[in-house]
Amino acid sequence: MTESAAASLQSQFGIPAAASDWNKDGIATFWVDREKLHPVLSFLKEQVTDPYRMLYDLTAVDERTRVHRPGEEKGDFTVVHHLLSFERNEFIRIKTALEDSALSLDTVTDLWPAANWYEREVWDMFGIRFTGHPYLQRILMPATWEGYPLRKDHPARATEMGEFRLPQAKQAAEQEALRFRPEEWGMRRTRAGSEILFLNVGPQHPGTHGVLRVVLQLDGEEIVDAVPEIGFHHRGAEKMGERQTWHTYIPYTDRIDYLAGVINNLAYLVAVEKLTGISAPPRAQVIRVMLSELFRIISHLVWYGTFAQDLGQLSPVFYTFNDRERALSIIEAVCGARMHPNWFRIGGVAQDLPQGWDRMFRDFLAYLPRRLAEYDREVIRNRIFQARTKGVGSMTTEEAIEWGITGPALRACGFGWDFRKKQPYSSYEQFEFDIPTGKNGDCFDRAVVRVEEMRQSLRIIEQCVNNMPEGPYKSDHPLATPPIKDRTMHDIETLITHFLSVTWGPVIPPGEALGTIEAAKGNNGYYLISDGGTNSYRTRIRTPSFAHMQMLPLLCRGRMIPDLFAVLGAMDYVLADVDR
Amino acid sequence: MMISPYPVATIFGVLIVALTIAAGLIWLERRLLALWQDRYGPNRVGPFGLFQVMADMIKIFFKEDWIPPFADKTIFVIAPAIIMVTVLMSFAVLPIAPGIVVSDLNVGVLFILAMSSLGVYSVALAGWSSDNKYSLLGALRAAAQMLSYEVFMGLSIMGVVLLAGSFNLVQIIDAQRGLWFVIPQFLGFVLFLIAGVAETRRLPFDLPEAESELVAGFHSEYSGMKFGMFFVGEYLGITLISSLIAILFLGGWLGPILPPIVWFLLKTFLLICFFILLRASLPRPRFDQLMTWGWKVMLPLAVANLLVTGAIVVATAQGRSF
Repeated sequence: MTESAAASLQSQFGIPAAASDWNKDGIATFWVDREKLHPVLSFLKEQVTDPYRMLYDLTAVDERTRVHRPGEEKGDFTVVHHLLSFERNEFIRIKTALEDSALSLDTVTDLWPAANWYEREVWDMFGIRFTGHPYLQRILMPATWEGYPLRKDHPARATEMGEFRLPQAKQAAEQEALRFRPEEWGMRRTRAGSEILFLNVGPQHPGTHGVLRVVLQLDGEEIVDAVPEIGFHHRGAEKMGERQTWHTYIPYTDRIDYLAGVINNLAYLVAVEKLTGISAPPRAQVIRVMLSELFRIISHLVWYGTFAQDLGQLSPVFYTFNDRERALSIIEAVCGARMHPNWFRIGGVAQDLPQGWDRMFRDFLAYLPRRLAEYDREVIRNRIFQARTKGVGSMTTEEAIEWGITGPALRACGFGWDFRKKQPYSSYEQFEFDIPTGKNGDCFDRAVVRVEEMRQSLRIIEQCVNNMPEGPYKSDHPLATPPIKDRTMHDIETLITHFLSVTWGPVIPPGEALGTIEAAKGNNGYYLISDGGTNSYRTRIRTPSFAHMQMLPLLCRGRMIPDLFAVLGAMDYVLADVDR
Repeated sequence: MMISPYPVATIFGVLIVALTIAAGLIWLERRLLALWQDRYGPNRVGPFGLFQVMADMIKIFFKEDWIPPFADKTIFVIAPAIIMVTVLMSFAVLPIAPGIVVSDLNVGVLFILAMSSLGVYSVALAGWSSDNKYSLLGALRAAAQMLSYEVFMGLSIMGVVLLAGSFNLVQIIDAQRGLWFVIPQFLGFVLFLIAGVAETRRLPFDLPEAESELVAGFHSEYSGMKFGMFFVGEYLGITLISSLIAILFLGGWLGPILPPIVWFLLKTFLLICFFILLRASLPRPRFDQLMTWGWKVMLPLAVANLLVTGAIVVATAQGRSF
């Protein structure tokens, strides 16, 4: 049997596990001194049996205004590394306390190349330095930004920031900061005596599907190097999490992966419900699964059509958007909204299903398989499509894990890892479905895996429709928000509870929890810290697209310009999910 | 040689008909694409949206004639004119019906190939003079693509020329009285069709434009009437290639009952629809794949087709004496 992480760290480094009653998610947590951090992470990644091979997330917390802290916590800032071991099927959380006077830490980019962007983000948001980092520059904020946004002393609203003025001198300085200097991007101007052509793709470009900028270093049509620049879509979703109440933050989550609607709600609520110990009633859980799977199909349909369009095929996008329209009309009938339904609530869902809901679902279940078969003939089996995608942008399982790749892209490498199966949430363990996998990890396999996933989602939806449990759609837990209507307005007590929970919002007991789910594009996780208030002390959103985008240069070096768009299309990202 | 009794009337007739068809194609393509893509397409202006073309023309005529300050002005202005001139010149040798041809040239096939070669200049110069990296990449792609596909475009119709024994398009049509060349020259027909699509830079051979990659490529910087000339030039190109296929392989105006001109227009129209259908259905290959396909598959096939046809013509000619 595998030695527990706690035992290994205790025997190797003499580090005890932190108090477990604080972690509402049951993830083993360790406080590691900054000098020991690198050796400990290196040990966990390479030496321990059943190692923690994936750097799942890396973030920080500004602890300076926090009230409730367990005894062993200290320091002004905490840097948190989340690692994932596939063999153990468990996460581990490594925390490092930093004092305001010495905000620096050894980089772990030598252990995980994927740490590069995460460390830049921590630098950008908290001003924590990583010594030895190859390129420690701002990543989401503009280069000229003053201050570190996720620090507690940084204002959250523009209205708190004083008057905005743009005098000539400042405008000139801002524009100068935007000037493209290849050297600053780690690029050379010549190769083997010939001059290199730099091509700026985006932030406004039909092939980037949003405000993404990729700077290409070209030799003819061959891509010598590609450097993605992100942050154009950054809206401070994490900062807003510290301002909104636990309940009123739910609509903001809809807008992270804006193609996957309620799946975002679920990721957030899995974490909130871990913090509060609420478990949603069976009917609510199955409704959540059903709507999430419908949104997985909706998201994949958008990807399907636009991917074909990236490769020059004009028609499929109209067909898949038609199908998506049908699915969205079901969502509309159930939720009243379409892309951003904001439908799940703490402890359940907003309302029960409407009358006749099952007929709409059944119609869709009968309709879509025929269409998918048609798209197989039109797209997947098209020889030009195959020529454009097979062998393009391929990665191995090892590379994928190294870079933090999850979801269909990981499964396309042949590694059947799906959080719905491995770490079931919201009663996924009760459903029968297969995990489609690929073999070569190239764009073609990613496409095939996604198409097959739609069929599996249909299977899950069918099981939901046939076996929808009776019962309440929301928990009667006191923190379920808003409280069930027929339990309010009876007397002054129930009136006050209702009033407080919808005006102030629920007060969540102090603690922290990581909630992770299998979202449409990969693993989406919310790491929430409650300080015992009506809003979160820290909301960390770990999104799949951020990790995937970071791997872009690796996937298209040495290939041709059209391959860049095949790789981007097969990646299936949305910029809001990258930038948050 | 047949000479049209009213040469000036024929010239203007062909010119007006060609331009009208090209303009009408804008509407036809949008409507057909919409039909195949479960949409409506333009259906508001006039009956079935037919006047959409007029609205577009009016808009495009009144747009500011803008030239980017960084562009090479002279070449930038000349480039779109070249494509119009070369394509329209080609129409001069097309026999539309018995007696309706502007110039019954005895080397008509060669003339059209020559004009088509000159058309490359338009695209290459447009991309070059725009001084825009996307346009430049598009122009480079266009030049490489059109040059290599021209090689077997020429070769693929030599079989027809051998069978007909003439470069004259009218005589080629006459030679098909018994049997359309699409039967004995089926391979040549397929090759010419593919080369034709490549020459007109239509999907799946729209690499010089490739809007999802190069953002319209060689004509990124063009707007207003100059853009309109590329636009109409493209549709004129489709009309030209379709008419050529009808003439070279499908017997031109030949056909029972209906008057010859109707047959010719009908065949051309169906081929145009086929071009649009291609656009609705196929993805775009990568540049290197396109080149490999052209040089390693199409060219050898075209040469083989020519050799076999030549051998057969020589063998059957043994019996006859010249």
